[in-house]
Amino acid sequence: MSLHVEDLRVYYRTLAGDVKALDGVSFDVADGEIMGLAGESGCGKSTLGKALIRLDGRMRYVGGRVVLDGEELPIWDDGAMNDFRFRHVSIVPQYAMSALNPTRKIGRMIHELLRTRGANRNGAQEELERRLELVGLGPDVLGLYPIELSGGMKQRVVMVISTLLDPSLLIADEITSALDVSTQKAVAQTLVEFRDRGFVKSTIVITHDIAVLVQVADTILVMYAGKLAEKAPAEEIVSSPRHPYTRLLVSSLPEVGVRYAEKKLYGIPGRPPSLLDPPTGCRFRDRCPLATDRCLQEPPWVEQDGRGIACWEAAAVAPEILPVLVETR
Amino acid sequence: MLRYFLRKLFVYGLTFVLAVTIDWSIPHLMPGNPVLTLMGRIQIQDPKVAQHLYAHYMRAFNLDLPLWKQYWYFWVSLFHGDLGTSILQFPSSVTSIIVHAAPYTLGLLIPAILLSWYAGNKVGALAARRKVLDNTVLPLGYALTATPYMWLAIILSWTLAVIWHVFPVGYGYDPTATRGFTSAFIGSLAYHWFLPFMSLFLVSFGGWAIGMRNMIIYELESDYAHYLSALGAPQRLIRKYAFRNAMLPQITGLALSLGAILGGALVTEIVFSYPGLGYQIYRAITNEDYFVIQGIFLFIIVGVLVANFLIDIAYLIVDPRTRIGMAGGGS
Amino acid sequence: MSSAPPTALATPADSPQLETLRGPKPMSSLREAVHFALGNRKLVFGVSVTSAMLLFAIFGPLLARHAPLTYEGGLGLAPTTHDGYWFGTTLQGQDVFSQFVTGLRLAFIVGALGGGIAAGIGMLVGFTAGYRGGVVDEVLNMLTNVVLVIPTFALLLVIAAYLRVRGIMTESVFIGFTSWPWAARALRAQTFSLVSRDFVDLARLSGRSSWKIIFREIAPNMSSYLFMMFILLFGGAILIAATLDFIGLGPSNTISLGMMMQLSVQNAALQLHLWWWFLPPGLAIMAIVGSLYVMNVGLDEVFNPKLREM
Repeated sequence: MSLHVEDLRVYYRTLAGDVKALDGVSFDVADGEIMGLAGESGCGKSTLGKALIRLDGRMRYVGGRVVLDGEELPIWDDGAMNDFRFRHVSIVPQYAMSALNPTRKIGRMIHELLRTRGANRNGAQEELERRLELVGLGPDVLGLYPIELSGGMKQRVVMVISTLLDPSLLIADEITSALDVSTQKAVAQTLVEFRDRGFVKSTIVITHDIAVLVQVADTILVMYAGKLAEKAPAEEIVSSPRHPYTRLLVSSLPEVGVRYAEKKLYGIPGRPPSLLDPPTGCRFRDRCPLATDRCLQEPPWVEQDGRGIACWEAAAVAPEILPVLVETR
Repeated sequence: MLRYFLRKLFVYGLTFVLAVTIDWSIPHLMPGNPVLTLMGRIQIQDPKVAQHLYAHYMRAFNLDLPLWKQYWYFWVSLFHGDLGTSILQFPSSVTSIIVHAAPYTLGLLIPAILLSWYAGNKVGALAARRKVLDNTVLPLGYALTATPYMWLAIILSWTLAVIWHVFPVGYGYDPTATRGFTSAFIGSLAYHWFLPFMSLFLVSFGGWAIGMRNMIIYELESDYAHYLSALGAPQRLIRKYAFRNAMLPQITGLALSLGAILGGALVTEIVFSYPGLGYQIYRAITNEDYFVIQGIFLFIIVGVLVANFLIDIAYLIVDPRTRIGMAGGGS
Repeated sequence: MSSAPPTALATPADSPQLETLRGPKPMSSLREAVHFALGNRKLVFGVSVTSAMLLFAIFGPLLARHAPLTYEGGLGLAPTTHDGYWFGTTLQGQDVFSQFVTGLRLAFIVGALGGGIAAGIGMLVGFTAGYRGGVVDEVLNMLTNVVLVIPTFALLLVIAAYLRVRGIMTESVFIGFTSWPWAARALRAQTFSLVSRDFVDLARLSGRSSWKIIFREIAPNMSSYLFMMFILLFGGAILIAATLDFIGLGPSNTISLGMMMQLSVQNAALQLHLWWWFLPPGLAIMAIVGSLYVMNVGLDEVFNPKLREM
């Protein structure tokens, strides 16, 4: 039982035209797998996360399939999707800190939510309290208003709520972005724990911070400008990245104990292309130190032995020469 | 929570003192001798009587005393319920004028405020979710809220009372009716009450409807609404939360709007010659009946302060954040 | 009439909601703004009607054939093309059209002056409280609350009743000095949200004086908000002025829209069906204030991309 996404396309409607935020993405997430989805702002990762559970007003489903546990998810149909939400697909949103109704006691809100979803069975209360304890919160939290909790506590409450019905797929959208480093670690560990205890089957962790993913994810998927760039097991993405974008991304990560004079940090010059009218061919070619004429044709996504990549030149150049190439550009 | 109330009471107390002081000081800031002005109004022919009256008024005003003593006596008489005597309606005391007029004004204001608030909120909430309704409610609401109170009163009076004799043109009740607790008299009161009430109701209703509609839309765009939708919660649950949250600023808004609807009541009474405080104050202004103006002003101040206090209590009950925020320290 | 704008239009009204309202947006490129502005029906409607009335107010008095207060015409004439009595005459034979356009001019003046003063005080108090915080904020808050609670209308009644000679300036000053509290509150909340941002810290570090910071850094970011606030105050001032005039506390040496309505009621115009006397003034006020409100909503949509309809 797992997640299968095939050629998913979701665009944003704007007055100026369609922004092709997610333009043909395919991947699989296995049972029990935590997959990290990384990339810079605007690469489409958040769009992907949202598309899997609820398209907001401006999003437009254009094409592709999503199959979860063998069943097709009707993501284009808001009403039909409702049966799947919370029970099979759930989300811990980016705005978790303000996701709770400020004028309702937490416990009351949860029960009202469960009741309207037909999930207020016997034993729901005990399960809820048990899970809260797991994340380090006492049952008295249920009698409080959101304003009485700290940011970190609210985050944990939302994580418990979102996974309460043991969904097959959990989408964690930038859940560590607003936190300090120590809380980030705690939250990341909670994700792993939920998976280990079987509360959640597959998890997609969306973030721009690869460092977090390395701690938590089994696989990392790197996106760029609405398309997939590379996919590999977590350690391999960092130790032996192949796609030029991933390489530049990884080399821009500071290492503990290394001084700048010894190893320079490279940002990636330039900006991602406008998705209103994306360039033909590989979307990274304008910023890529390895680009050739071949890149005017869009590279296909190739997957083999658990690694995937969409790049013509990837294998062509040895990894050590890359920084020098950047300097001479 | 105690701090919250003490703070509010302090502000209200301060306001009251300030208002009374202004009330007292205005005649003294006027150029010339206020008593002579009053005398000019009354136009006594006999010089002996004039002199007598002059001395009487000087004493009544305490103008023969030093300023601070005058101020003091003002407060003293205030607490004795003595607000002076009307010049126009001599020898009626200001207090008696107020006591007779206040029920009419309150009878207009309280139902108008409560009903327009309630109806406006309900309709605004409905408009927020049905586009068709929204397309009528919105322009109607803006038109109503931009209408000056007295103009709507004029229009209603002219169309429904003068042209089509559906309702009476003015006064509190039928002048030929006998007063008393008969159903006929009460019927007459209600009959004459209807148009002025309607006028106040309609204008306020517009404002509340638009306000609530905007608030609901705002709430429906909030993070908690998005989260609940993502978890598949039905619209009615989300709307229930949105409605409740949208009510909070509407309650505060009630306090802010008091001044406006008060002015509205005043002018509406003038149009309909409805014997409330507005009508009295109008007559007092046109006839320079200063004691009456001062007295009614104070009455209004007290009324508004009390209303504000009640609204503060209501808000505290309804918004848990304020209650908890108070526990952690003042706002 | 409003001494505070209907909660409608004040962005999600009072605290604590105020603090969370959509923050001010710096103006996107001028061209983009103009494009959206022209496409926004509410804005176009609002601006058109207001401008039309304004033009009427400016040029109307030039077109009027008779002075507003002279008793020249036939008594209580219906509107006619004869002799320029396009709006008919009052019961005493005054030219209603002339009165109307005079009143219209006055309305705009009071709106601008009264609204401007209220905006000015509101900015002064709001910015200072929001920027300084601490004790200064507490004191200003107290002041704002007191002025807010006083039924300013009643206060105006009392003060205006005692002044014998009242001019437009006096009326505008009154209105300005009593309508500012809600503006101060709203601006204070906005200032709070901006003050914590980095560019203000930078300005502080560079040693700029507080007022320079407020005017150079903070205010420009709120410019759209300030403008909308001014529009609301403008409309509110017109309504308050009309009500004051109706009660008899208007400027003593001229005629205004509110006074026209007062005189018409006093002279039993309703019973005599002299509709041309009492209909136009109120209609004009409704048109101006209504279009201002609608314009405001349109502006909000233009300045705040989130609200724009797709």
